[in-house]
Amino acid sequence: MMLAHVIRKFNLLILTLLVLSILSFMLVYLFPGDPLVNLTGLEDIDQETYQRLTVLHGFDKSYFHQYWYYIRGLFDGEWGLSFSSGLPLANEIAQTLPASIELSAYALILSLLIGVPLGFVAGFQHHKTTDYGLLTASVVAYSMPIFWLSLILILVFSLQLGWLPLSGRISLLFDIPHHTGFILIDIFFSDLSYKGAAAKSAFYHLIMPTASLTIVTAAIIFRLTRRSVIEVMSSTYVQAAYTRGLSGFQVVMRHGVRNALVPIIPLFGMQFAVLLTNAMIVEVVFSWPGIGSWLIQAINQRDYPAIRAGMLAVSTLVIMLTVATDLLAKLINPAQMGTAHAES
Amino acid sequence: MLMGCSDADDTAGPLDGVIYCSEGDPISFNPQLDTSGTTSDASSHQIYDRLINFDPLSGQIVPGLASSWLVSKDGLTYTFQLRRGVKFHQTPYFSPNRTFNADDVIFSIDRWRLPDHPYHEVSGGQYPYFSSLGLSNVIADVKRINGYRVELTLKQPDSSFLANLATDFAAILSAEYAQQLTQAEQQNRIDMFPIGTGPFKFEKYKKARFIRYLKHDNYWQHDLAVERLIFDITPSSSQRLAKLMTGECDAIAFPAHTELDTIRERADLKLDEKPGLNVGFWAFNTSKPPFDNPKVRRALAMAIDKNTLIEGIYLGSAVNAKGLLPESSWAYQADLNDVNYNPVMARQLLLESGIEDGFTMNIWAMPVERAYNPNARKMAELMQNYLNQVGIQVNIISYEWTAFRERLKDGLHDSVLIGWSADNGDPDNFYRPLLTCSAIESGTNRAMWCSPEYDALIDQALTYTEIEQRNHYYRLANKLIADEVPLVPIAHAYRYRAHRQNLEGLLINPFGAIRFGDVQKQ
Repeated sequence: MMLAHVIRKFNLLILTLLVLSILSFMLVYLFPGDPLVNLTGLEDIDQETYQRLTVLHGFDKSYFHQYWYYIRGLFDGEWGLSFSSGLPLANEIAQTLPASIELSAYALILSLLIGVPLGFVAGFQHHKTTDYGLLTASVVAYSMPIFWLSLILILVFSLQLGWLPLSGRISLLFDIPHHTGFILIDIFFSDLSYKGAAAKSAFYHLIMPTASLTIVTAAIIFRLTRRSVIEVMSSTYVQAAYTRGLSGFQVVMRHGVRNALVPIIPLFGMQFAVLLTNAMIVEVVFSWPGIGSWLIQAINQRDYPAIRAGMLAVSTLVIMLTVATDLLAKLINPAQMGTAHAES
Repeated sequence: MLMGCSDADDTAGPLDGVIYCSEGDPISFNPQLDTSGTTSDASSHQIYDRLINFDPLSGQIVPGLASSWLVSKDGLTYTFQLRRGVKFHQTPYFSPNRTFNADDVIFSIDRWRLPDHPYHEVSGGQYPYFSSLGLSNVIADVKRINGYRVELTLKQPDSSFLANLATDFAAILSAEYAQQLTQAEQQNRIDMFPIGTGPFKFEKYKKARFIRYLKHDNYWQHDLAVERLIFDITPSSSQRLAKLMTGECDAIAFPAHTELDTIRERADLKLDEKPGLNVGFWAFNTSKPPFDNPKVRRALAMAIDKNTLIEGIYLGSAVNAKGLLPESSWAYQADLNDVNYNPVMARQLLLESGIEDGFTMNIWAMPVERAYNPNARKMAELMQNYLNQVGIQVNIISYEWTAFRERLKDGLHDSVLIGWSADNGDPDNFYRPLLTCSAIESGTNRAMWCSPEYDALIDQALTYTEIEQRNHYYRLANKLIADEVPLVPIAHAYRYRAHRQNLEGLLINPFGAIRFGDVQKQ
């Protein structure tokens, strides 16, 4: 049963990735200019090189061949070169994507830590002042455009109070060697003499971007949790548990938490896609050197190979994460179908 | 309000370094290859030295890598005595085996001078500064007398020659490094992984993000440089100011004119200003009728009110330009007559030259902000109004900067709002690139104006070293420009730079690029 589900999800993943790779391959032709140039990112090449590349990428054969060579290149890490920097795209993405993941991950963890408990509090206090208060706050947080929120934070904490830096991941005076791309981890495992100062600087730079992402995301998570808790608490088996004489605390722990969480875990996974989109906007405001600001720059400069590879990388990441959270939810509760069952 | 009492970014803690928020990406790290200020800011005075330098305060030529020099009586032979023991940068990609000597000078000059030099074509083979001045044709030979003495022979006397060798563009490269690159067949690395003798050595460059430099520990001149120098590339001027306020930058390039008061108001920031060696002007394409007619050009010049333009665009941070040269130049002519605003007269002159009401012309407005014209587009709109009043319809045209300059070079414009920043204190640096015939070819003569009479005057001025004699010819040239009106000088703008109070020693260099060599952070 479980295995079948995993296989089914896996098939879905493969199929989606296949469609994505076909789409990204089509972009090579859909973007203006020579498809071979769009694919390799090599501009101004002489006739001889052009011939060699034509053969190398199967451009003298059918579209099917070209696609096959394209896929093979993707797996070999040959994603082409960026028009604007002339550097391999695989390297560029390997440098920028971790920065976005890092930012999103911290924001997601914080949002869960804030949103879930508050959701439970509000859910249990349904129709009471606490509930209305939290709900109002969440509507406000949820409705603020994230770039506006970021700018307000900058205005207050950087320009007025002068507490926090407004751009980048770390003071540029520090040169942190790139290993994992996660700056706190890289600092931790580096052998620099100024590790403490570097970590402090990185932390200060993290505060505002993480905060703006967290405010918006925590509001969504809070609302999901609250709704789920209200539903569970009004369900028949919870009512039954009360009638059997269990205390409020016992009911919540035995029937509430787990049953409320299980249906929304896949929804959290989907939030990650929204989160990543928001992160891209936040990156631009805070000059965070992640995939978002990188992609926007690529779009501004009509760097076609970069747009293609960047989109493929981001969408692949989002799909893998969605499938992974889905599987995780299944692991927690194998019988997700139908009504949730009570434990007694 | 509680402002600026603490630095948001004092988290750098133990690290000694200066961060400069610059306005854009350099094209390479070799100033010989580009006249754009962004490239020379990132390389000239940080990575390299020159044989001789301008003193940024007095404008005098002072010794650099040449400890002394001798000019022969006939003005044709220049002998430079070179400093001993000057060390090149030691970096992960290059370890010097010898100190600076005559070979480096010869390599650096021959690279741009000789088209058949092995490094001439590396990185494109364009040396715009030297070619706009025709310097490759002025130098007859560069000879090694001994390891520390070099002799340059000229074909004709050129009194601006020393000034040209002191500009940002006359950087001295390492011949030994070039030789190693040739052996490794990696010649194209020479301009992107630079080696020089300057106070900082290159460490890392990430396009659109930053440039990192480290202190050159064996710098020949002093040991003052900070440990790290970083150029934080920030194209938006408001973002630069914001970073300056939070302390993420110690100094910023080009503060916007609208932001100057904000900087003045803050106790933790300092605004330096200095009259710049520049001129913003409106050039007519004299190769195109009816702009080939001096009478039409004069009429157009009379149709606009320069004072309003200066107030509206420069917000009072510029002075009215009567000629090409700003007041700080020794050849400035104080009694020069300005063209006065006179729309009635302008209309009459236009009618006399057969220009009817409803005549349409275009004004090209450059798409970038420059010290000499912070907002060409807005200026063009103001001028559109003025010209409307004398019955002329104006279309404003703009392209992306590189395309803009290429099309200008092809002479596709009717008129253009652009300007010039000088690279050295010599008046020839204004007169020659802006209006001589040969400057049409190298793309700096925006008026496409070619007058053999003018060229002769400019050439003659260079054959004299005495200021009075040179002035005589420049006065004649000024008269010719005033009569012919190939362009309308509009303003000489001030130059601004903002930095935090705790930064000391950062001077505005009127002769070009920024210098961080002796900047200190308290």
